Amino acid sequence: MAGIEAQAPAGLSAPRVVRPAVPWCQRAVARTVFYHLAVGVTCFFMLYPILWLVGSSFKPPDEIWTNQTAIIPNEFYPQNYPNGWAGFGGISFTTFYRNSLFYATLGTILSVSASSVVAYGFARVRFRGRRIWFAVMLVTLMLPTQVQIIPQYIVFKQLGWLNTFYPLLLPRIGGSAFFIFMIIQFIRSIPVDLDEAAMIDGASKFGIFLRVILPQLTPAIITAAIFSFYWTWDEFLVPLIYLNSPELYLVSLALRTFSDPSGQTDWGAIFAMSALSLLPVFVIFISFQRYLVEGISTTGLKG
Amino acid sequence: MAAATLTKGKRRRKSNFGQDNLVGYLFIGPWLIAFFLFTFIPISVSLLLSFTDYNVLANSGDFIGLDNFQRMFFEDRRYWRSVNATVKYVVFSVPLRLVFALAVAMLLNTYRRGVGVYRAAFYAPSIIGGSIAVAVMWREIFGNDGLVNFTLNLLGIEGPNWLGRPETAIWTLIILAAWQFGSPMLIFLAGLKNIPKHLYESAEIDGANSLQRFLRITLPMLTPIIFFNLIMQLISGFMVFTQAFIVTQGRPLDTTLFYALYVYRRAFEQNEMGYASAMAWVMLMVIAVLTAFVFRSSSYWVHYEADEGT
Repeated sequence: MAGIEAQAPAGLSAPRVVRPAVPWCQRAVARTVFYHLAVGVTCFFMLYPILWLVGSSFKPPDEIWTNQTAIIPNEFYPQNYPNGWAGFGGISFTTFYRNSLFYATLGTILSVSASSVVAYGFARVRFRGRRIWFAVMLVTLMLPTQVQIIPQYIVFKQLGWLNTFYPLLLPRIGGSAFFIFMIIQFIRSIPVDLDEAAMIDGASKFGIFLRVILPQLTPAIITAAIFSFYWTWDEFLVPLIYLNSPELYLVSLALRTFSDPSGQTDWGAIFAMSALSLLPVFVIFISFQRYLVEGISTTGLKG
Repeated sequence: MAAATLTKGKRRRKSNFGQDNLVGYLFIGPWLIAFFLFTFIPISVSLLLSFTDYNVLANSGDFIGLDNFQRMFFEDRRYWRSVNATVKYVVFSVPLRLVFALAVAMLLNTYRRGVGVYRAAFYAPSIIGGSIAVAVMWREIFGNDGLVNFTLNLLGIEGPNWLGRPETAIWTLIILAAWQFGSPMLIFLAGLKNIPKHLYESAEIDGANSLQRFLRITLPMLTPIIFFNLIMQLISGFMVFTQAFIVTQGRPLDTTLFYALYVYRRAFEQNEMGYASAMAWVMLMVIAVLTAFVFRSSSYWVHYEADEGT
């Protein structure tokens, strides 16, 4: 410490960086233009496949193959959407969307609310075995699903729960290790002074959780809810195993059957339904983008 | 919760300030119950199953010792092909993803106008990454008369059958993975924002150029985040399933038969749950060893600020 202080005056007297003679504002403008050009073009290439998918979903059947690279169709053909929505086997996408919305909403509520309760326990209550269970929880983050899914399947099958949503929803009652960990990090950034003040006022741990911590957790909870919703919406392996009858299909399973190369040939309809399935995710992403990024970047405390 | 009642008496005696076992276990109770029911017990059962020839249709199986493992390692040639495909996928897709993620994060680590829009745009492919729609789209893009070959044709190049050739099929999936670098990018971006400005300022005063600043400040300060991202990406790389299931179905010649896909096929298409459990356990062990190795090595390359004492 003393050494650093002794060096400080030397640092102050160091020569200033010499700037080139070009006026400051010109250089800044040139750099800004270059920056936006470079990043903008890269962005366009990143988004091209998605834009192309959306564009193709509005192309009439023959144009899909003749005008492939175009994002904007020559002839606007929205008929692909009703064609696709009709679904297959007499079941329309109304059913699939209803199933997916039900599962994604309920699944998200379950895992996020459980995760915040558990996270509070880990972050703010001192109890015997806390460190061990915390470590165990972190380890579960790394477990391959395949090790758990086979015995789970055997048991759920014995219980007669194939073709129900129980096997998909029940494992969520304990929250998800990823969200628990995320919310713990959030809670740790909330000053303990607030807890202590509430404790002096006679609040119990439950009271502190409900009145002090929970209100501050909103950004973390929104972030977790968004992630949870879109992971659930995209979930494939587990529904594939448990939901075998088409009336229970989620959008993801339906799309897979619908786009089976050996069956369907109406690519316009396939593109339309694919593009549509991305819509809920995008709407949520765009409306909550700020929370998503801030939820990850800041630690929850607004300065 | 049983544990809470057991330790309650002890707590009274020790009267540790602020310690509250009952309340603690009440709060983590939901996780603890779910952990035992849906993780711990299934994994233990999975270990037992791996020593049997359990068939789910007959709901019966006999103890067959190490036969599953012997079959896996010495007789099942598809097994080794799936190991091969998975390792190749992980070795190429994880570094590609991390490099893209860091490069773009550094590009977006400014306070210019419009950065928020770019950030969203770069993240967009990842938010839909695991979806079937994207996999279906990818299959079409790299199809025989798909977008890529159509474009190559316009340039006068005859494109190969990307998905049908053993040399190219896996690359379509690696590119798909590299395209989705959004999550590690956001985490890198958060890490970059946390690097104290004064470090760069003083480096500039000392005359360090941008490469030196990157190598001496950015990279060392980011190592904990690189470490975190590396572990998460390695694990998810080993478990890749959906993309191969939809885009290539493991074809051609099993060059994209990823481990998770092969486990799925054995367990749920051929009903050989004993054999599939053995495979899953080997995967678990490999991931455990690999993670332990990365953790062990971390003390040599991960730099924690706390070490310096502030």
